[in-house]
Amino acid sequence: MSSFASEPALGASGLSSAPRRGRGSSMRTWRWSDRLIWLAAWTAGLLLCAVAAAIVLYMGYRGVQYLRPSLLFSHPQPSGNQAGSGGFLDPLLGTALLTFIGILLAAPLAICSALWIVEYGHGGRTRQALTRIVESSIEIVAGTPDILIAVFGVAIFQLHFLRFASEGSEGGGVTGRSFLAAGAMMSLIALPPLFVATRDGLQAVPTHMREAAFALGKTRIATIRRVLLPSVRPNIATGVTLGISRIIADTAIVLVLLGDELRLSPHPGGLPVLNVLRGAGSSLTSYVYDNSPAGEGGAPQKAYAAAVVLLLFVLLLNLAVEWIARHQARSSGSVAAGGFV
Amino acid sequence: MNELEYAPQAPTRGTTPRAHSPRAHITYVDDPLSTSPQAPAEPDPQIVPPVRTIVLDRAPEPVRPPAQREAVRRALEADGPERLRLEDVSVAYSAKTAVRSVSLSIHQGEVLALIGPSGCGKTTLLRTLNRLTELTPSATRSGRIVLDGHDIHDLEDTALRARVAMVFQQPNPFPMSIFDNVAFALREQSRRRPRRPELEPLVIDALRRAGLYDEVKDDLHRPALRLSGGQQQRLCIARAIAPRPEVLLMDEPCSALDPISTGVIEELIHELRRELAVVIVTHNLAQAQRVADKVAFMYLGDLVEYGPAQQVFEDPRAPRTRDYVRGAFG
Repeated sequence: MSSFASEPALGASGLSSAPRRGRGSSMRTWRWSDRLIWLAAWTAGLLLCAVAAAIVLYMGYRGVQYLRPSLLFSHPQPSGNQAGSGGFLDPLLGTALLTFIGILLAAPLAICSALWIVEYGHGGRTRQALTRIVESSIEIVAGTPDILIAVFGVAIFQLHFLRFASEGSEGGGVTGRSFLAAGAMMSLIALPPLFVATRDGLQAVPTHMREAAFALGKTRIATIRRVLLPSVRPNIATGVTLGISRIIADTAIVLVLLGDELRLSPHPGGLPVLNVLRGAGSSLTSYVYDNSPAGEGGAPQKAYAAAVVLLLFVLLLNLAVEWIARHQARSSGSVAAGGFV
Repeated sequence: MNELEYAPQAPTRGTTPRAHSPRAHITYVDDPLSTSPQAPAEPDPQIVPPVRTIVLDRAPEPVRPPAQREAVRRALEADGPERLRLEDVSVAYSAKTAVRSVSLSIHQGEVLALIGPSGCGKTTLLRTLNRLTELTPSATRSGRIVLDGHDIHDLEDTALRARVAMVFQQPNPFPMSIFDNVAFALREQSRRRPRRPELEPLVIDALRRAGLYDEVKDDLHRPALRLSGGQQQRLCIARAIAPRPEVLLMDEPCSALDPISTGVIEELIHELRRELAVVIVTHNLAQAQRVADKVAFMYLGDLVEYGPAQQVFEDPRAPRTRDYVRGAFG
């Protein structure tokens, strides 16, 4: 722009010797409304940056001074004073486990329903009505407060036939609290962003791409597996991050459905991994809540340290997925190369 | 043809822009208005291909009596084994008829160009030939399309589309490597997945037949989307001909390309017709003249005229065809 404007005026007339800039090219000639919007846009953007920086810096400052590597590797101890309350290995593992279960359950559901909506849901008034119902149901799930989902989860997992998912209480009732129960409800929280990202990605794949595959004599499933899913992989990655960050951030479900035990408390007896899944535990968010002055723990230093770990977790996750998405976009020519085996 | 009489400065085909034509870039080998003291030989009434006169706002009536149909069919069969035969094919979207009872036959070794103004049903007809219209839920088809003696309605759509390949208007390579684009067409044809070493010669052969191999042989694993538009279109052709189809459908394959790439692809069509029947939809009359052996002119869903390219362009029998090839409308 500027190089173009600063070029000497072409033409033989010589009427304008000085380089002229067109009207509107400099802010000085802008209309007032344009200037106002410009100012508002910059202010809003910078303000948000400042808020984000304040959160990260404050939590970082408070957290890092109490953060010791040993905290990450030691179990929490029930103790009255901060010095004896141990680390937060268990909540860390709890968060990771919940995320894993949640995404594992949410991803196939979300991807399949997005595929159904975009690839199979056209044509026929009934099918269109059905797709609309599915989409609004997912919107309802997305809009439900997590505490409601948590309470609903307790109601579900206390049903007798789901007792395998959680540990029983002494009286023979079902507590409905376990990693399985909490993870299943977490998947509901992670599902909407995953679904929306996948659906939008699929809708953005041009029709001629599908037609090209069909014209080669490919079946629908081959088209989906070889052409569509590879091209929406960055969208799915984005959806997964959004889902993960929602799971990590959630506190209500953990407090209600995970039992909120300081340590992982495997279900007595049973298979080695399954008993952890059936047992109770805690996550970083519930740990922060419990140990903050708001909770009962009274170990605010540990809460700050755990909070900074939580924050780093989320930041790293965002960076990682952004990198994956960008890396795949860059080599979009060969996204599917690995898909052929 | 006394080209030299009225175009002395341009002895080659089609280089005389006509001032009265709204399409000044399209030129005609032989203009029936300016020449024709020697009338072209009356076509034998026994082998006259179909002609319809069209009166606007009225459904056209066939000029030719149906008794001649068999004779026409035999006459047209002369140049190669018949691959596709269309019998009374009509296609409608909901209530709107897009193609009205078209009968045609398509032979190996010939290029059939479908020409006609926009919205006349050319592309719909083309997409009917590999049943791609079925992807549009509202589309309905009647009549018979016979591929090598089998009604395509009875063939599985995937099997049919491997035998009747298609190249689209917009180059649409998949976001994969060049190799995988072609290999994708070959894989899953068989139950057992062929491995890379088995595929490689087939892929290279297809790329070579599409005239692309020399340009890409250094790196077959480059993303296909980094190729130029013309290369992408040739890649799409390679992809289409890799499974050795019998018919190749091309939907305005050059309309998104520059003249040089267009020339390359037209050369390629000339080469390909030896082993395939080619059906090409084009808006570019000069292109139809350059590549086609047979031309079918469609108007408002009707097949108005079908015949050897030279005849349709130089001595069209339907007035509407004459108007169109002279650039009077469309």
